[in-house]
Amino acid sequence: MSGIPHDHYEPKTRGEKWLDRRLPIVGLMYDVLMLPTPKNLNWMWIWGIVLVFCLVMQILTGVLLAMHYTPHVDFAFASVEHIMRNVNGGWAIRYIHMNGASLFFIAVYLHIFRGLYYGSYKAPREVTWIIGMLIYVLMIGTAFMGYVLPWGQMSFWGATVITGLFGAIPFIGEGIQTWLLGGPAVDNATLNRFLSLHFLLPFLILGLVIVHVWAFHTTGNNNPTGVEVRRTSKKEADADTLPFWPYFVIKDLFALVLILVVFFAVVGFMPNFLGHPDNYIEANPLATPAHIVPEWYFLPFYAILRAFDGEVWVVIAANFLTGGIVDAKFFGVIAMFGAIVVMALAPWLDTSSVRSGRYRPMFKWWFWVFIVNFFVLMWVGARPAEGIYPYIALIGSTYWFAYFLVILPLLGVIEKPLAQPRTIEEDFNDHYGTDHGKPGSGSATAPTPAE
Amino acid sequence: MSHTEDPSGDRRDFLYYATAGTGLVVAGAAAWPLVNSMNPSLDVQAASQLRVDVSGLSEGTQLTVLFLGKPVFIRRSTQDEIEAAQAVEMADLVDPDARNDNLPDGSAATAPDRFIRPDGAYGGDFTAEGGAWLVMTGVCTHLGCVPLGDGAGDFGGWFCPCHGSHYDTAGRIRQGPAPRNLQIPAVEFIDETTILLG
Repeated sequence: MSGIPHDHYEPKTRGEKWLDRRLPIVGLMYDVLMLPTPKNLNWMWIWGIVLVFCLVMQILTGVLLAMHYTPHVDFAFASVEHIMRNVNGGWAIRYIHMNGASLFFIAVYLHIFRGLYYGSYKAPREVTWIIGMLIYVLMIGTAFMGYVLPWGQMSFWGATVITGLFGAIPFIGEGIQTWLLGGPAVDNATLNRFLSLHFLLPFLILGLVIVHVWAFHTTGNNNPTGVEVRRTSKKEADADTLPFWPYFVIKDLFALVLILVVFFAVVGFMPNFLGHPDNYIEANPLATPAHIVPEWYFLPFYAILRAFDGEVWVVIAANFLTGGIVDAKFFGVIAMFGAIVVMALAPWLDTSSVRSGRYRPMFKWWFWVFIVNFFVLMWVGARPAEGIYPYIALIGSTYWFAYFLVILPLLGVIEKPLAQPRTIEEDFNDHYGTDHGKPGSGSATAPTPAE
Repeated sequence: MSHTEDPSGDRRDFLYYATAGTGLVVAGAAAWPLVNSMNPSLDVQAASQLRVDVSGLSEGTQLTVLFLGKPVFIRRSTQDEIEAAQAVEMADLVDPDARNDNLPDGSAATAPDRFIRPDGAYGGDFTAEGGAWLVMTGVCTHLGCVPLGDGAGDFGGWFCPCHGSHYDTAGRIRQGPAPRNLQIPAVEFIDETTILLG
């Protein structure tokens, strides 16, 4: 499967040979598990396994929750309380599922930022990146619909505001909104279909995860230097890599254990810390909560949505140029989805031939500003849209787009990259010394200290 | 088989496109009922009318009913409120359109085009003495929140707590991010104390 030279599975016993001639599934699993992996991967390469774990955990707890949940406007809220109070261990399953969504998004953001810093999206890994972005979009849809199911006030009004975005599409928007909701407003039909889709989408994600893994097993993993594994001979490939099992599996599982300690501390001691108290009030179409906020992982995009009001010159210009078809509301919707689209296009917007940000002195600064800006947008997305906040949101949104559309294309032209190591082996020996048993002195200067 | 040397290439191409085209049409025809099943079902569509008994309302009180999943405000306006609405200059309005489903598009947002008279009509002559009703969909035209009523906001009408839109005593947007006046649904007096919505 991989283009990196390595040993393949050889069926030895009669039984193995019998099966291998009929279905080479053991060989496939062997190749997946024994993938030659760059041996200089640092701790930012653990998130893939964390994400797979999250997906499995969410599917398992979700299937169990669905056995006790009732998707009807009159019973949904009560059935969630039934899960909390009556179902054996129901409170734990629900709190794990609820906070599992947060862990899922923490991991996916770190995974995405890892890719952005080390240039994992660049050739030949564009397809891996695009599939990853599709997974991320499906995650957003799944999480949004899942949040509607408890049928609390935030569920209901969040669903009203977000499906209202589709109503902003000119001409066909209202028809699409009615079609999505199954009626003129969020109601029983909406709740039913959201459960159905919330159940379906994780399995689509699972399918895409398999394709995602397949894609980077074909190209090989990226690594902190961005330098490719040598493929000229098996000896050289072996000097650059270690098999995924057991070296990286154990490392990733160790990281997962540490993360789960924190996760279960949150689940056990502060399960509602990341939630909103208003969602423990049953949905009421006649009363709006004073302040509608989405879950924390949507806040940066919610801030971008609200940033472009009718007083921003690009909105006024767009409105004028399209003869009023693109109004402020629709512009906000375009900006929100556009923010993800420009990120997905990063492989073609970044003109630099150097992959890793470690060897790009100017890029580093712009990248960290991008990260800080992400958190500023998250913070401002939770503030009311008044006073100074819309201006902060507008500056932050502008930087998001500028990073992908202006900074990444320009940096490749004006930046003078630092010298890169010739091989992964060289980088590894620089950091850890040739004696694998002892950590080398070089690790103190690494931007992200590794093992 | 190479296309360029195949004398019957045109015929093959035609057959190919005809088959592919027919396949697409059939697939589309099969997909449409599936897509359409997500549109409002018959019972949801049937609930598109509602009779409301308004005999209990006296001047200055209001009723909120749930109609098509959205709140509808029914207010028996006071004389002061009607006069206040009449006194507003059209130039002061953010949205000069009546937003009234009972009137032709583009009607001006004057008081007679916003209040419904006890004889059950919009528009025309209008005096505050006769009293009037204000029937509106209670959904803020900004992002769909439910505004607070009973004289809330800077203009004595409604105020949306989400993003601070102020509506006046005739439900017209006066200040804040909302772009339009509160919508007036199709409404009819079927007798003196019963309103038919839809």
